[in-house]
Amino acid sequence: MSLLREVLENGEFAITAEMAPPKGTDISHLRKCAQLMKGRVHGVNVTDFQSAVMRVTSLATCKILKEEGLEPVLQLTGRDRNRIATQGELLSAGVFGIENVLCLTGDHTVVGDHPQAKPVYDLDCIGILQAATTLMDGKDMAGNELNKAPEFYLGACVTPEYEPLEIQIIKMKKKIKAGARFFQTQGVFDIETMRKFRELTKDLDCKILAGIIPLKSAGMAKFMNKNVPGINVPDKLIERMKNAEDKKKEGIKIAAELIQQLKEENLCDGVHIMAIGAEENVPVILDEANLTPSYAANA
Amino acid sequence: MIISEQKPIEEILESIKDCKKVVITGCSLCATTCKSGGEEEILKLKEILEEQGKEVLGYKVLDPACNYLKVRKDMKKLKSELKEADALISLSCGDGTQTVAKVVKVPVYPGTNTLFIGEIERVGKFEEACRACGDCQLAWTGGICPITKCPKSLINGPCGGAMDGKCEVNSDNDCAWVMIYEKLKEMDKLENLEEVKPPTDYQKWVHPSKVSIR
Ligand code: SF4
Ligand code: SF4
Repeated sequence: MSLLREVLENGEFAITAEMAPPKGTDISHLRKCAQLMKGRVHGVNVTDFQSAVMRVTSLATCKILKEEGLEPVLQLTGRDRNRIATQGELLSAGVFGIENVLCLTGDHTVVGDHPQAKPVYDLDCIGILQAATTLMDGKDMAGNELNKAPEFYLGACVTPEYEPLEIQIIKMKKKIKAGARFFQTQGVFDIETMRKFRELTKDLDCKILAGIIPLKSAGMAKFMNKNVPGINVPDKLIERMKNAEDKKKEGIKIAAELIQQLKEENLCDGVHIMAIGAEENVPVILDEANLTPSYAANA
Repeated sequence: MIISEQKPIEEILESIKDCKKVVITGCSLCATTCKSGGEEEILKLKEILEEQGKEVLGYKVLDPACNYLKVRKDMKKLKSELKEADALISLSCGDGTQTVAKVVKVPVYPGTNTLFIGEIERVGKFEEACRACGDCQLAWTGGICPITKCPKSLINGPCGGAMDGKCEVNSDNDCAWVMIYEKLKEMDKLENLEEVKPPTDYQKWVHPSKVSIR
């Protein structure tokens, strides 16, 4: 069973961190970040050509991180692969013992760095979940037998700050029907959003990891509010960032406070930290929030 | 309707740069409505070509350009002109241009770009409405096509990318799934969204397709 699944099902507060594969073949920075994450998180979540930007694949990066002793979460989108390639990618993950898979539809090619590319979307996130569930049953989508079935712990994404939220929840239920066991939310900043979201989803059979994005500046917060779907940084946080002397420290502090409050009020089953290029800050945030995975604390 | 627009005149001139004697055809239906290949556009093109020193031997608005038997009959009326011409410029959709090319011996050059199957919103304004997917889903989507109006052709609800109800791909467009949600809510039919739809069967999208109803 995957470590992430074990942690979530045992009711421990799960910690995952996002890592982006490198653009180019130098993986030294990736390995350095991996060392920093060791013993601090339950899983590292590896993006799949995030924002439709070409780079090393999620699968290869997950394999490297696994070798480094981390528990990888493979992100898999429907943008670049049809159902043949998607199932192949899933089987390959199975061969490498990569069990956690986060299934996503994927940002459109036109928002990425190769807008001329043909977008695929043969399967949407629900289709990918269905494909993975079918493979776990020992068959492919066409009904052909596999010589051995892979084992997965499947997840998906949800955006709590979405208007109209009801359609996100309807889709979330469908994702659960298709096999999703855990959800990772888009970055949240307002505790009130998570209170509402927890209330609306309390009867759903799934675990929820709240997305945490440490702010680097007031400008970054304003930029995200304007340009990133599902992000809403409240004015009072923007004000705090503006007035802070040490912006980086303040951003880390805000993130840590939110994590603590989410945990105290039991508004999620864990957190997913997206440091966006500042992965070295993840352990600092966790220190500030007083969080250590039990497996590391007991080691 | 099939929506088309005229190619830039520079591109048309480049494609026939070695030709002297030209015949122009248009279409009485779609291309006339979207002003890419009616009589008015043909005459305008004729004038430009003549200014450029080309000789326009004749023209015809086909009725319509996509009906093979009719085109064959109509083109007979241009028989002598076609014998002399070294180029035919077709102002119709890609289908019409291919029909014309099947019928005549002179090289045929498209004078338009064919864009989409769409609706006439009002005069001069067209919106893509159907991608001819071969498996119409409109029954449960409140009459709004997710295959066409969602750039990812999602069938199980929205991606997380919409902002203020606008699509992540082009903020001029409303998110198809927000529209579908609102329509179904109004119709008190939100339960239509609850069923998990299986992946689309793309065998129905294998082209070219043929249909015979005889
Ligand atoms: S679902 Fe959309 S693309 Fe398919 S036939 Fe119906 S309107 Fe056309
Ligand atoms: S924002 Fe809406 S219309 Fe645009 S790709 Fe996402 S689901 Fe489709």
